[in-house]
Order: sequence, then structure tokens, then C-alpha cells
Amino acid sequence: MSVMEPGQNLTTIGDHVADVTLNPGRRLWWWGGFLVAVAFTAIFVLAVEYLFIAGIGIWGVDIPVAWGFAIANYVWWIGIASGGTIISALFYLTQSEWRSAVNRIAESMTLFAAAAAGVMPILHLGRPSYFYWLFPIPNTMGLWPQFRSPLLWDFFAILAYVVASILFWYLGLIPDLALVRDRAPTQRRRLWYGIAALGWTGSHTQWRLHKTAYGLLAALMAPLVISVHSIVGLDFSGGLLPGWHSTQFSPFFVFGAVLSGFATVLLLVIPVRRFYRLEPYITAHHLNLLVTFMLLCSLLLAYSYLIDALLPFYGDDRYERAVSLHRFTGEWAWSFWGAVSLNVLIPQLLWLRRLRLRLWLVCLVSFGVVVGMWFERIMLVTSSLYEDFMPSAWGHFAGTEWDWLTLFGSAGMAAAGFFLFLRYVPVVAAYELKELLPPPERRG
Amino acid sequence: MTGLAAEFAAEGALVEAATRLRAAGMTGLEAYTPYPVEALDAVLPRQRWMLPVLVFAAGMLGLAGGFFLQWYGAAISYPIDIGGRPLASWPAFIPIAFEIAVLCAVTAGFVGFFALARLPKPYQPIHALPGIERASQDRFFLVVDAGDLARAEQMLTESKPCSIVPWPP
Repeated sequence: MSVMEPGQNLTTIGDHVADVTLNPGRRLWWWGGFLVAVAFTAIFVLAVEYLFIAGIGIWGVDIPVAWGFAIANYVWWIGIASGGTIISALFYLTQSEWRSAVNRIAESMTLFAAAAAGVMPILHLGRPSYFYWLFPIPNTMGLWPQFRSPLLWDFFAILAYVVASILFWYLGLIPDLALVRDRAPTQRRRLWYGIAALGWTGSHTQWRLHKTAYGLLAALMAPLVISVHSIVGLDFSGGLLPGWHSTQFSPFFVFGAVLSGFATVLLLVIPVRRFYRLEPYITAHHLNLLVTFMLLCSLLLAYSYLIDALLPFYGDDRYERAVSLHRFTGEWAWSFWGAVSLNVLIPQLLWLRRLRLRLWLVCLVSFGVVVGMWFERIMLVTSSLYEDFMPSAWGHFAGTEWDWLTLFGSAGMAAAGFFLFLRYVPVVAAYELKELLPPPERRG
Repeated sequence: MTGLAAEFAAEGALVEAATRLRAAGMTGLEAYTPYPVEALDAVLPRQRWMLPVLVFAAGMLGLAGGFFLQWYGAAISYPIDIGGRPLASWPAFIPIAFEIAVLCAVTAGFVGFFALARLPKPYQPIHALPGIERASQDRFFLVVDAGDLARAEQMLTESKPCSIVPWPP
């Protein structure tokens, strides 16, 4: 298996990548998918609007469960985003050739997932119009945010992550925007892509700087993404509740994040590859590697699940033990067992090569992982809250219809963004593919 | 006419021509290629230290600024005594200082790239060269902007270009 099918040269790559953007033809799948995504985006807007008018009483959150869907959704989305950055930044640093065909799809997925994640804590605030109090800006009350709180660390981490992701994505995109500009059939498109390409000429001076800048940004993005999800883990570790107050949460959260990220990338790459006929560039080798990395993350996560579930029985904290038992058998046990089976047990099927080559099955398992990761997040968020120390303070938690509409609506919003990316932006990094060609084929 | 522009169909021919012109002491060489050609780094050396230094400096500045911001906010401007715990609790300031450092470094890398590459610049003189739009697809261009043009033309021809045209056109 190779990173590119034979018979490709500079011309075929340029033609293919530019044609996908410039001559999409009649694409029913695009319109179908986009319209469904827009419908869900409308639902999201409505749900958020009603939330702003009525307040977070429309959700299932209350005392004792003050963190509900919004926080679980946030952790889930930011985890999905992380996988895209790992593929584009970490595997750039390791000079993995397979990364070049899928990094644009992965990075774009990251952008929209991070956007969906970023909205959630603001919605959760109760008084969203005051979210700017998180910024350390001088104000008339002489107040400062609490710099020692993981929740504020989180705000800075997300801010840095979202901004850096956008810049990294755009920097990598510029030469391909110039490719589309140079091939645009109409003056208008030439103008728009010309503005977006910012005057890129492909001179050696520019390439030299571009390569340096891209390498530097990749080297900064890789530790950044690890820090972001570690800090999300610290949000929970910093709380004193049984089931949260654990030193393993940072790596535990990163494993889960990367697992859901790889699953989402597979879920997107397999159909995009087929619809845009990208099989010459995204070969069986790529899918095989993505599945293998997903399996690796699944095993790492299995280790964390094991530690998280069994360590309380090794120690002597009766509350930790009670929460663990409660996760196995309590009201929300379905979310625990759902997470274990969808994230750890079922994916192991893909170790069998025969099953790994069935793409519909890979899609199904990946979708299961994405759902399973949401189960894990909601399990971690709620199960420690509604039964903690004092039985007299225990309560229940159930999501309302507005909780569910916000969750599905946010997925629609991210999907709508991704469909726009598929339509207007080169979906594969053409210049990186050209670099992968063996020297004799590097000709027009 | 002050120079020449040659179009090549393959990376090898471009590098060969550039090497030959460079060995003959020709200056004012620039190549336009569809992807970064590493072999050109040796032939057309470019300054390389500026951007990494800029990114490192911005990162360090962000780190120092991040610590200062938190120390000033938590210990000087708005001190809260929580059971006598130290106000300048620097280990708790590490995560935010790190995030600010990375944010500053990434921004400096992005902005620094544009500044050093002299972008954005919507009109580039090279776009007047006929056929240059293929430089982003499958052709390689070499522009000589000074020196003994008759000799340069002879040397370029040896590498079998698709065409040689006067520059600026």
C-alpha cells in the first residue's frame, strides 16, 4: 500500500484539486447534506434564542447537578477538534507522508468542532452577556478573574486554541487558494480567490518562509492541543467531588479526545473521498493508518477506564467507591456501559483486517465511537454530581428537549460549516501532494 | 528589457539551470514553483533565522507578560487572602502563562511570515508574465533580472526550457 496511486503527476493533482472546487457540477449529496445541516443550525439558533429569553431553567440543570449537557457537549466537541490538530500538527512534525492527503479535511473539521465547543460554556453561563468578565481587562469595579482556577485556565486555553487553529489552517491554505485563483474560469471567482490568496506567487523566497512558518506553527500547535485537553481534565480534577478528584484526568481526557477526533476524521474522510473521487490520493493505506491510530487510542482509553473504575477499590475512600459502583449500576449506568462498549469493546473488531477493509463498517464503528465519547462525557459530568457525599443532598438529572435540541443543533452548525468548506475551499493540500511525487513524476 | 524568464516542465531542469547560472555568478535569480523545491535552498540561499527568532522572542514575551499579568492581578491589584495562602502563587499561573506564550508565538509566526514575504500584496509584477499561472500547477519558472543576458540565455537554453521570454515583458 502506498500514499498515492501510481500514474499521478503535477498536472493531474492540480487538475483534480482545482476541479473539485471550481467545477462541482450537480451534486445532490452536497445540497441534501447542506440543507439538512442548515435545518439543524436553525434549530440551534432557536434553542439558543429561547435560552437567552427564558434562562437556563429550560435545561435539566439544577442543584445538585449544575453542570449538565452544555459542559458535556463542550468537552465532547473540543475533544473531537483535538484529533484534527493531532493529525495536522503532530504528524507533520514526524514527517508522516500519509498526513498530506487528509490534513486539510482534519483541520477544517477542527475549526468547526472548536467553534461548536466554544459556544457551549458561554451558553452555560446563565448570564451569557457577561462572558467578557473572563477577560483580564481593567474595569470600574477593580475586579480581576481568578487566575488560580482551572475554569479560567480553560478560557485562555480555548482562546489560544481557536485563534491558533484558524491561523494554522489559513497559512496552509494560501498556496492552494493561489492554485484555484490561477485556474478560475470567471473574473469574479478569480477576484475572490485572488483576494483570499493575498498575492501568493510561489516564489522561492515565499516558499522558504512558508515552510519555516508552517513548521514553527506545527511545533507550537502540537503541545498546545495537548495542553488544551489536559486543562479540560483539570476542570474536573480541581473539583473535590468523588469521581472527579483524580490525578489521571489530564491524560485520560487527551486519550478520549484523540480517539473521538480520529473517529470523526474517518467518518468525514470516507464519504468525502468517495464523493470527490479522491481515491488516488487518499488510498487504503491512509484509512488503514487512521483506523490503526483509532485502535491505539481505544486501548489507551481502555487503560484509563480500568484505572478510573478500579482504583477506588484499591484505596480506602468510601465515597469514591460508592460513585464507582453507582456508575456501574445507577440511574445513568447506560452511559457508562455505552461508553465502555462503544469506545473500547466494539472498535476492537477492527483489528481483523477483513473487517477493517469494509468501509461501511469502519464508518459505523467510528460513528459509535463519536456517540460513545458523548456518553463518557455526560457520565463523567453528571454521575459525580447527583450522588456525591450526603444522601440528603442527592438528586436526579435528566436532559430536557431543549438540552437535546442544543446538542443536535450544534452538530448541525458544525456540519453546515464543513459543507461550506467542501464547496469553496480546496479539500486537499495540492502542493503537499506534489511534494510526495517521486522525482521523475515531478513534471507537468 | 533587463532580464529573462525561462519556463521549465520539470523540477530537475529548473534546478540544473539555476545551479549553472549561479555558478556563473549571475545575481537577481528567482524561481516560481508549484511546491517548495528543497534542492533550490542550496542554489538560491535565503535568510532563514529571522522568523524563528521572531517567534521565539514573541513566545518569551508572552510567557513573561502572562506571568506579570497574573501576578499583578492576583497579588497587587486585587489580593484575596484565602487562609493565608501565598498571593504570588506562581505554579498556579503556569497554564495561563503557557497559553498566552503559545498564542503570542503563533500570532508572531503568522504575522511575521506575511511581513517577511511582503504579503498581502494583491498585484505582483510577476503576474504580467504570460503563462505564469501555471507556476501554481505544473510549470517551473526561473527569472534572471540582471547581468550578461546573452550569456544567461545561452546557459538557460542548455537546460531545454519550454520557452525563454524577455523580462519584464
